[in-house]
This record gives sequence, C-alpha cells and structure tokens, in this order.
Amino acid sequence: MTQTDTDNSTNAPISVKPVIRVVDLVKRFSGRAVLDGINLAVHKGETIVIMGGSGCGKSTLLRHMIGSLFPEEGRVELLGRNLNELDEPDLNALRLRFGILFQSGALFNSMTVGENVALPLREHTNLDEQTIDIMVTIKLEQVGLREAADLMPAEISGGMKKRAGLARAIALDPEILFYDEPSAGLDPVTSAEIDQLVMDLSGKLGVTSVVVTHEMDSAFRIADRMAMLDRGKMIKIAPRSEFEAIRDGQATGDEGTDLIRQFLRGDSEGPITARRLSTGYEEDILEAAWEE
Amino acid sequence: MSDHAAQRNFVEAVGARVLGGVCYLGGITILLGRAVSVSRATLARSSGRDALIVQMVRVGVRSVGIVCLVQIFIGVILALQLAPPLEPWGQVEMIANIIGIAGFRMLGPILTAVVLSGFAGASIAAELGTMVVAEEIEALQAHALNPVRFLIVPRLLATFVMMILLTIIANWMIAIGGYVTALAVLDPEVSEGYWSLMRDQLRLRDFASGLIMAGVFGVLISLIACYEGLRVRGGAEGVGKATTMTVVYSIVSIVLAAGVFTAIFYVFGF
Repeated sequence: MTQTDTDNSTNAPISVKPVIRVVDLVKRFSGRAVLDGINLAVHKGETIVIMGGSGCGKSTLLRHMIGSLFPEEGRVELLGRNLNELDEPDLNALRLRFGILFQSGALFNSMTVGENVALPLREHTNLDEQTIDIMVTIKLEQVGLREAADLMPAEISGGMKKRAGLARAIALDPEILFYDEPSAGLDPVTSAEIDQLVMDLSGKLGVTSVVVTHEMDSAFRIADRMAMLDRGKMIKIAPRSEFEAIRDGQATGDEGTDLIRQFLRGDSEGPITARRLSTGYEEDILEAAWEE
Repeated sequence: MSDHAAQRNFVEAVGARVLGGVCYLGGITILLGRAVSVSRATLARSSGRDALIVQMVRVGVRSVGIVCLVQIFIGVILALQLAPPLEPWGQVEMIANIIGIAGFRMLGPILTAVVLSGFAGASIAAELGTMVVAEEIEALQAHALNPVRFLIVPRLLATFVMMILLTIIANWMIAIGGYVTALAVLDPEVSEGYWSLMRDQLRLRDFASGLIMAGVFGVLISLIACYEGLRVRGGAEGVGKATTMTVVYSIVSIVLAAGVFTAIFYVFGF
C-alpha cells in the first residue's frame, strides 16, 4: 500500500499515504454509468472541493466515500480500509472516525438541537450525562449556536440547522469531515459564515475536509485543491491556484479547459451549453414531423 | 399480431404484479427479521425503552377514544340488526351469544386493526417517509446508529402491544354497545339475561383467538407502515403515496390474515 498518488494533481504531498483513495470507481444506475472510472486521493489535513453541475455525479461520489453506496467496479479506501470489504460492525467502527454535514442539516426533528449533538456521545461513549452536557455546550459554541441548545429543529433557520448539523458531525472529533452542498440555499453572509467554520475546523483541528458544492464563491474560499466532475468523469484535479488561473484567463480553444472555465465563471455560453444545443431547433421540428 | 402483443402485455403485467408482490413480501420479511434480531439491543438501553413508551402512547393511548366510539356502535348495530330476524324464532336473547362470538373472535380485533391502520399506520409511514426525505435516516447510519434498532423496533413493539390491549377494550365496548341497546330498545328479558348468556357462550379460546389475531394485525400494520415509510423516494409526493398505500395494504393484509387464521382455527377446532 505504498503506491504513489494516482491523480493528476501536481504539488500534492505524494509521499504521505492518503486518508481517502478512490480507485477506478464505476457506478451504474439502471445500466447508465453515473460515475465512470473515478480516481481521487485526499491527503491528511487538506480541504478538497468536488464540484460539477447538477447530475454530474458529485453527490453519488460523496455517498461512495461515506459507505452508503458501493461501486460496481473499483474501490474506496478510507483511513486505509477498503470499504467494499468491511462488514457492518467494521463499517460502523469506521463511521465514528468521520462526520458528515448533510445538505439539509438532517437534524432529528423529534429532538432538540442539544439532544441532536448529544446523541452520538450518548450512543457511542460511556461518558456520564454531566460530561456530555459540557461537550454539547463546547460543540455548539464552536459553531456559534450555544443559545439554541434547547430549541427544536423546526424553530431554527436553515443556516442554523446546518451549523447544528455540523456540531453533531464533530461531536466525536472526527478525522475527516464530508460536506454535502454546505452553502446551498443560504444567503451570502450565512454562506460565508459556514465557509469560515469549514476553514476553522480544518485549520485549527487539522480535520481533512471533502466538500461537494457547485457554489463557486464558496469553493474558491475554502479549497486547497479542487476537483471537477463532468458527466460522471473526473476531468481535472488541481490546486486552487490552477483553477483560479483558468477562471481568470482567456478561452483556450481546448474543450476541457473551456468547459471548466465556463463552469467556474458561470457563463451562459461555452462548451457546456453548446453540447446541450447540439441539434438545432429546426432539425428537431423536422424530425418530429417526419416521424408523424 | 396485435392480439399476440396484447396477450403478451397481459402476461407481462400479471408477471410484474406477482414479482412485485413477492419482492414486497420478501422486503417485509427481511425487515421483520432485522427488527427481531436487534429488539433485545433496543430494550437493553434506556433510550430504547423511552422510545417504546413514547410510541405506545402515540399508537395506543391516543387511539383509545376512537376505538371505543367505533366499537360501541358496532355493538349497537349488531343488536339492532340481529333482533328482528331472531324475533320470530323467540330467540332475541341469543343476541348476547352472537355478539359475544362475533365481537370477541372477529369484529373486535379486525375493526380495531382497521382503525389503527388509519390512525397509527398512516402516521408512522408519514413520519418515517419524512425522515427519509430529510436525510435523517442517512444521518443515523452515518452516525453508526442502526435505523431498525432506533426507529423500527419501538414502533413495531408498540403497535403489537397496543393492538392487543386496544382489542381487549374493543371487545368489551362491543359487548357494552349490545347491552345498552338491549336495555334501551329491546325486551327487558334480553338485557336481564345478556351477561350470563354471554358468559356461558364464551370460552377462553374465544378471547385467545381474537387476541392472537390482534397481535398479528399489530405486527402487520407496523411492518407495512415502516416498510412503506422507509422506501419513500421523491419528496412530499412520495410521503403521501406511502401513507395511502400503508392504509390500503394494511387493510388488505388484515382481512387476508383474518381469513387464514379463521381457517386454521376452524380446522383445529380452536
């Protein structure tokens, strides 16, 4: 297992064994490949942002990395363990070492915010109630929600739900944190606050972070490296600076680069929109008439 | 040509239905197996016992009123319907025997189950379905918490226990409904001999067979509700569909199970 990094990033630390390795991963839903030969290595302490348009397979990739979906081909290694080969107890033991912030926060609606954060501690540690209370207060303070401990999830805003979800995800001090669209549906200020939390957690606690998003402002704020998925294929993995150069540079004529450039800039014209309109309106009409 | 196609379509449709039914039964059986295998782990923890009590209150205590209302009326209806045809034979007082058998062996458990499938089954399916949509089930798994142990077992056990307890209440409500009718509407000798006739008629097996069925109905309702809830896809629309299907499948399965059990009881003289 001393294999070197297989992705095409240039200046990632190659000597260190990655905490997450995705190798030749293929996933098909009813015959259609939604992930097609994905390779990715994530190193300890870094923040990697996986981006791509809706339906490109980025959420599916995330679900493979957390062991809720399993690939048809290839494998995912998390903290040195091949997820395909783990049985339920082993997978559960591994699950305690990573946390996930779900898109909606995924708080348990029947419990208060504090009880949500306390749940993993109650279920997976032997701590007494007093210690758990203290830890819940600390975790909520870390995300700036200490005053909301006794509120029900239905009583708090979307941004607060995400912060509470984050407090729950870090309850057991995970080594890796996965974020599914952390800033989706939030206003710019709240979104920036969440980004700051992501950066704090990775900076202060040395947590490895994997963020799936299509919010470019947020992606450029938090990423060390970025990975671009397009129609189930990984088209580029590189440090943030390279993506910044593509975003700020001129169109190159190379389709792959221009596609990334269009995505990063949010342009309405470019390779992504061009391929949607590959057959013209008139042809469609004539074709339909012909079939009649 | 088109005849062949139509025939093939028909066969395919029937095949798909049968296959779907087998898959459904398989899914429910697996869910039951998993629930049984972790039920001890659920009850070993205070959080699991608390969840069980919460569900028992929700499933059972809150349905007491509506079960009583429905079953008293069943008793009233039975008495009023039976009295005229028994009259020419001079057997009106026999309504006590008939209400006893019909109520305790069949109508008590079945109608309680129908009420509960609408009352508790639908709400369990809606609740779990909403949890699926809100990624709560995934979040449980991500925290290495087994959704079956956490969510299914308390609901299954609660519905099983409360269905039996509610049926005991329901049986007496039917009997009381009949008695009140006899007292108010029918000849005095009907109400005077009502309880002693019913006591002479009913054997322990009449209570027991009704309660066995009640327990089975409870398991069926909660399993179908949990299964429908957990397999919700696609937002609010999926939740609505799961709720409807829970009630439909529950009632169908209750009647089918009642038929099977009645046949078994009949064969074995129970």
